[in-house]
Amino acid sequence: MGLTYQSTGQLTTREIFNANTDNCDYVIALAGNPNTGKSTVFNALTGLRQHTGNWPGKTVQRAEGTYIHKSRRYRLIDLPGTYSLLANSADEEVARDFICFARPDATIVVVDATCLERNLNLALQVMEITDKVIVCVNLIDEARRKKIQLNTAKLSDRLGVPVVATAARSGEGLSRLMDLVDDVAMGRILPKPQPVRYSKEVEEAIAQLEPRVRALVGEDINSRWLTLRLLDCDTRLVRTIENYLNARETAAAVPLAQEGLA
Amino acid sequence: MAQKTLAPLLEEAQKFTSPRQSQFRDSIVTSIYRTAEQIAGDVVSHTSTSRRDFDRQIDNIITSPVWGFPIMFGVLAVVFWITIAGANIPSGLLATGLFWIEARLTDLFMVLNAPDWLHGFLVLGVYRSLAWVIAVMLPPMAIFFPLFTLLEDLGYLPRVAFNLDRFFKKAGAHGKQALTMSMGFGCNAAGIIACRIIESPRERLIATLTNNFVPCNGRFPTLIALVSIFIAGSVSLSLSSAVATMAVAGLVVFGIAVTLSISWLLSKTILRGKPSSFTLELPPYRKPLVGQVLIRSVLDRTLFVLSRAVIIAAPAGGLIWILANTTIGSATLLSIIAGWMDPLARLMGLDGFILLAFILGLPANEIVLPILIMSYVCGGAMTELSSLADLRHLLVDQHGWTWLTALCTMTFSLCHWPCGTTLFTIQREQHSWRWTLLAALIPTAVGVIVCILINNLVRAAGLIV
Repeated sequence: MGLTYQSTGQLTTREIFNANTDNCDYVIALAGNPNTGKSTVFNALTGLRQHTGNWPGKTVQRAEGTYIHKSRRYRLIDLPGTYSLLANSADEEVARDFICFARPDATIVVVDATCLERNLNLALQVMEITDKVIVCVNLIDEARRKKIQLNTAKLSDRLGVPVVATAARSGEGLSRLMDLVDDVAMGRILPKPQPVRYSKEVEEAIAQLEPRVRALVGEDINSRWLTLRLLDCDTRLVRTIENYLNARETAAAVPLAQEGLA
Repeated sequence: MAQKTLAPLLEEAQKFTSPRQSQFRDSIVTSIYRTAEQIAGDVVSHTSTSRRDFDRQIDNIITSPVWGFPIMFGVLAVVFWITIAGANIPSGLLATGLFWIEARLTDLFMVLNAPDWLHGFLVLGVYRSLAWVIAVMLPPMAIFFPLFTLLEDLGYLPRVAFNLDRFFKKAGAHGKQALTMSMGFGCNAAGIIACRIIESPRERLIATLTNNFVPCNGRFPTLIALVSIFIAGSVSLSLSSAVATMAVAGLVVFGIAVTLSISWLLSKTILRGKPSSFTLELPPYRKPLVGQVLIRSVLDRTLFVLSRAVIIAAPAGGLIWILANTTIGSATLLSIIAGWMDPLARLMGLDGFILLAFILGLPANEIVLPILIMSYVCGGAMTELSSLADLRHLLVDQHGWTWLTALCTMTFSLCHWPCGTTLFTIQREQHSWRWTLLAALIPTAVGVIVCILINNLVRAAGLIV
């Protein structure tokens, strides 16, 4: 049980999140709202038998497993199902910190095809933290049964990231999903998430603050996202980030280009 | 080296937001929601909404203030009835088969001229307790778990949570506690980990401290087995499973009532505060994949719980045999220890052996009943016990059980300290030995008090001589 609530309060790097990154080529995070079939996708990809249930909040602790695709080894981390990443609760914090600090090679956001609107909130928030996102529109079989039509090409266009429709219970679309993960992790596809546009007031504040934030944190952490969190006055995250920055500094394998404000 | 700090930037940010921090936050969240809404509106088209409406119609009945609870109780009763009615025959067969093997093992030890103590320890201690674990616990588990998993897959459990939500709010707890409590029906340790979905530390603590009041996978079979051993046979056959069903279902409702009362009490005393609001999402109904449910519940739950029981029951069985065969003066160690506990136990409508079984069952609740049977068998005159009818005979005729004893034992099973795994989980989640201790003390105190009340009220009313 590597990733527990305790570990997220402290220094969080990929090494702490999972000690054995050596024996795999890429680390992939699996995020999504509760009850979107996230665990089913996880099981289908890794062949593991994590208990699934029609039940919001099933996966509170994360599970991890590996799969091999195109002779590369992927470690898949199943994050707790959350509705947002604004860190109101411990599980949201776990999911957010993993994406932010462990910096997975790609993040799959599983969304429920039958209630896309609510699920996109999380996808948009993940896309603010990392570019390397694949949106997996799951339960497409159920959507079909409910006569809901979904234009995935258009969705991909609007979000700026690859989108694939799947029905994980029957395995539909999973090989396409693995191809896309491979493409994003290898850098053959560079997703360009369309940023959420905020109100004029917020955007002006971002415009003024973001350059200074970037100067301090460098490129490891998305500066637009961090600026938003500062405006949001998320003091817990600020403390976590300070710890992360100082630990990185101490480790100082590669001196940063911008030391200006340190 | 200079420490990096975001403090100046945070201050700077507050210059933009300072008088209206919450408005700023709302504005950010609203923008995200609006973007999601626009995109979804552009890419999704409905040609029909009939199914969604159908789901809503079902929900209106299942979660209605009038029908919600009767339906819930009915579903619970049907599940228990199937389990109780179905478990009896395989239990009997398993007992017969396993004790036939015991007899052959004894023959083998005779042929090999093995010393008596070795035969006693291995066959009468270790093997016999394993046989009881399997005969008594496996059939109810193998029937109950798949049924429960089917309900879970169907999407019924969140509706249960929805029905209970307003009660939890009234108790000053978080509505999501209805969810963590429902998880507790599976496993209290899992229920306690699930408490992470509750944001406020106060409400999370309430949910943690009261999770143990609903019976988990380990205790359901105990309750069901006890009820079927005891009530089956004491009333006429056609009535017996109905009475047994009502007893278990009633006990679960009682557990929920205790959860609510203790939550209320905590939120009025040491954990004071207002409940925070939240929206509970009702997931769509899904057709369960029956095959997968069967495989998963058998492999993940039944075998998991059973193997845990077996691993712990083996040494416990050996220990009991040793205690029962070590004598100080004229009494065995087992009867001496049970004797110490007898006064308190009698007050609670139990006996010393029952209380001792609960204490030895700390590592896993599923071994309480097998341990109890073992200590009765080892300590008493009855050495041959090969069927469930014999088991009833052992409890009623040899050890003076009445329906009151069974009721008090079941009540104490529902309300006593959490199992070792659960306690460990509470410690890990709350980082506090104090809260862990309290999580053990609260249910134990409730159990002791309720058992004493039941026992004395029933006796005072003259229902039992």
